[in-house]
Amino acid sequence: MKSGLITSIARSLMVARFKQTLVAAIGVTFSITMFVALLGFMNGLNIMLDSLVINRTPHIRLYNDIKPNPDQPVGRVQAFAGSYNIIRSLKPNASRESIYNNEAIMNTLRADKRVLGVAPKITSRVFFNVGATDMLGIVNGVDVEEENHLFRFSDYVTSGNFTDLKNVANSIILGKGAADRMLAEIGDVIQATTSQGNRVQLKVVGYFQSGLGELDNVQCYASIGTVQKMTGQPASYITDIQVKLHHLEMAPALAKEYGAVFGVDADDIQTVNAQFETGTGVRSMISYAVGITLLVVSGFGIYNILNMMIYEKMDTIAILKATGFSGGDVNRIFTTIAVSIGIVGGAAGILLGFLVCLGIERIPFETEALPTIKTFPVDFNPKYYAIAGVFSLVTTYFAGFFPARKASAVDPVDIIRGK
Amino acid sequence: MTMEQPPVLEAQGITKYFYSPEKTKVLKGVSFRVHRGEFVSVAGKSGCGKSTLLYILSTMDTDYEGKLLIEQQLVTGRRPDDLARIRNEKIGFVFQFHYLLNEFSVLENVMIPALKLGKLSREEIEHRAMEKLRIFDMHQHALKKANQLSGGQKQRVAITRALINDPLIIMGDEPTGNLDKKNSETVFNIFKELAGTFHQTMLVVTHDPEFAAGTDRTIVMEDGNIIDDLTNSNLP
Ligand SMILES: Nc1ncnc2c1ncn2[C@@H]1O[C@H](COP(=O)(O)OP(=O)(O)O)[C@@H](O)[C@H]1O
Ligand SMILES: [Mg+2]
Repeated sequence: MKSGLITSIARSLMVARFKQTLVAAIGVTFSITMFVALLGFMNGLNIMLDSLVINRTPHIRLYNDIKPNPDQPVGRVQAFAGSYNIIRSLKPNASRESIYNNEAIMNTLRADKRVLGVAPKITSRVFFNVGATDMLGIVNGVDVEEENHLFRFSDYVTSGNFTDLKNVANSIILGKGAADRMLAEIGDVIQATTSQGNRVQLKVVGYFQSGLGELDNVQCYASIGTVQKMTGQPASYITDIQVKLHHLEMAPALAKEYGAVFGVDADDIQTVNAQFETGTGVRSMISYAVGITLLVVSGFGIYNILNMMIYEKMDTIAILKATGFSGGDVNRIFTTIAVSIGIVGGAAGILLGFLVCLGIERIPFETEALPTIKTFPVDFNPKYYAIAGVFSLVTTYFAGFFPARKASAVDPVDIIRGK
Repeated sequence: MTMEQPPVLEAQGITKYFYSPEKTKVLKGVSFRVHRGEFVSVAGKSGCGKSTLLYILSTMDTDYEGKLLIEQQLVTGRRPDDLARIRNEKIGFVFQFHYLLNEFSVLENVMIPALKLGKLSREEIEHRAMEKLRIFDMHQHALKKANQLSGGQKQRVAITRALINDPLIIMGDEPTGNLDKKNSETVFNIFKELAGTFHQTMLVVTHDPEFAAGTDRTIVMEDGNIIDDLTNSNLP
């Protein structure tokens, strides 16, 4: 009954000053709309940019690094056990790049419940012989099906058919940049020299475009068998095992575990791509900052309008107090007004923001660099809508806080006597 | 006489200072009692402290020395929320400048103090409010907005509102001061009727000698002191 009276008085005051109330609510609506649209758009871009890397990068990469043996003979001599042994002119040992017993490792990994999938890879450096010049290239020997399953290989093969890698003998998919420089068309046969000195003929069956120009200038793909043949290695030769996990966050811990268990080097995606996390963080921080600034500005709008309303409604406040409303009641009336403006303006803003996001999502956005993207990416994460809702309430509450306190402190005697 | 009954309202040595522009003593130890059913007027020249006294008696002004008792309970020094409750329940106000809430209808204006008190249901309150408006012949204006009424009509609504919670006492600060002769008379007759028919306790500040003469008792003030306390012999 009592709170009903407070709200009905608040409502009457708002109706009496409908235009100002509307302006205040529109201020909130506008800022919430912008907040939601900005965050949705920014994070859509973030997710897209990150996925450029994350889609293409294994969560954990197992390989044999070229490095000196950590277990040097001097370390085994009992006499020097407690001292620092300084060894100069150390060279990496002729360790094999191939991962020993990789078939068994992959089977073990595939049986691990935390693992989404495993794809073997061979990386081999070659020179493409184009007329009189040689161009450096990296040929990745991949398991075509696994590569597609885990890393959306087909998304990035912009011309040609990726399955031809498997079906056509000695075939290669060239990076778009590399192909452009070599003037190689699909169907052409190109010549390459491997680091072992073998000369091979490869048939171009497609172009690959990742969106990262530097990569596309050198990276090429062939089937594992083709690369093994090119480099004269046996069928068991694998240089990388790429692991994709169900949960990205587990990568650092599992990398350590696998490194120890299998006796190989293991890199996790977080360590390799730390800069992307940072970029994402900074971008969302900026969008939050802009959004919150907008809200604070609209908060000042509400503050002004409430102050004006209180100034105009001094008589009303005085008479309410004279007839038995306490300071607390008056405070609640004006807080109710502020929060109502926040609820209505915020709800409208969330809805409008959603519509704006739908609109942005329809704007065509085509660029050479991003072959899989046709329109602007937008993130519809409900989190932003929840944050917007909470913020609209919090800012309007605080915007109303001081005016409401001022109203509750109005001395009715001053007003009644003042006439 | 009613003098043997306990007083409804009692002022004991009420003293009030104003500090701007300089410290001035506006009330100089005012003491008096009002008994149930009395219709008391406070008269005196403009500026003698009548309004100041009334605001203290109404519990709205708490910055004074001395004691105020309502129904023999000490009111001085009580918490603001308690005072608001006392005003709501026990005191009805009529001001010089009508002071209705323009955002609300006539009926709502009358209902609000009762809704605030919260003792009756909304329907009962509405029914009571309509009944009281009918007494003053204002029921046909019930649904108008307050600012669509004439001055005299507004004051009748203000009196109705003052009565809605059956207050212990009605206080008025020059309730006819802003009205023309005819409306002034109508409002005065309403006060007379409240006193005569309903035995409503009332304390009304006025500088209109005619109005004062029509009340049971007139407290005459001068320069912050009570200089006279007259019982009026009113022959009907
Ligand atoms: N807020 C105030 N500050 C200073 N002096 C005041 C204030 N209100 C009233 N006064 C002074 O107090 C005296 C009594 O005023 P008031 O009670 O309004 O007189 P009355 O109602 O009898 O005409 C007057 O001299 C007036 O000027
Ligand atoms: Mg006065």
